[in-house]
Amino acid sequence: MLTISAATRDAIVAHAKRDHPDEACGIVAGPEGSDRAERIVEMINAAGSPTFYEFDSGELLALYKEMWAKDEEPVVIYHSHTATEAYPSRTDIGLASEPGAHYVLVSTHEHGNSEGPAEFRSYRIIDGEVTEEEVRVTDHVSGPGTDEPAQQLNQHNESE
Amino acid sequence: MAIEVRIPTILRTYTGGEKSVEASGATLIELIADLEARHPGIKDRLVGDSNNSGERDGEGDLRRFINIYVNDEDVRFTGGLGTELSDGDQVVVLPAVAGGSRLGSAIAR
Repeated sequence: MLTISAATRDAIVAHAKRDHPDEACGIVAGPEGSDRAERIVEMINAAGSPTFYEFDSGELLALYKEMWAKDEEPVVIYHSHTATEAYPSRTDIGLASEPGAHYVLVSTHEHGNSEGPAEFRSYRIIDGEVTEEEVRVTDHVSGPGTDEPAQQLNQHNESE
Repeated sequence: MAIEVRIPTILRTYTGGEKSVEASGATLIELIADLEARHPGIKDRLVGDSNNSGERDGEGDLRRFINIYVNDEDVRFTGGLGTELSDGDQVVVLPAVAGGSRLGSAIAR
């Protein structure tokens, strides 16, 4: 299960809408081992493409060095699909290289840059195996048991 | 000659879980050969038969979606697998963060 704050979820969706029709990408870092998605980092899609994304290699190194310095890891790796549903493609599966991360897919294919719901789904991708997981959106990122009652979300979530 | 090599999570199965290992070599390809001797199987994850660099040296090429940095420089800009190394250099291996819908969704819409 991915637990994510509404603010972070909305920021990811806003990024995806802003970059539509190109794919948007980024991460949410959190303390190593915590599984807490705390710090969103929007990345530039160096591929600048509606069907492909890739972090720039220099920015990738800078990002990881910053996370190592803060004892963080990528808790979420997100990107958008702009003409298809929010499900990992074969490319996504083949290139997934963070077995500990939640892979979040947002689809902007219905409303593009405009207001309106965007699919927001999360997966584990390990050794080529995709497992969809529940997304629990909270008001705060905090420990289990202290959150507001979960708002269960699967597909077609409303976003501000 | 000891060079510290930072290993990404996905390749730590080859290093017994170690985040960082030592290896030696005067060039990157020598370093990778030494890594392979210490951690069998790792070379194949770093070096393949083909990529987009156009470089051919009989040793294969750096895989397209693997980045290796020597002292923060992407080796694609410093001579690829022939990049020269010195004692104390810092080597970082990072898989690309990439993907996209290019080949179509696994579940067609």
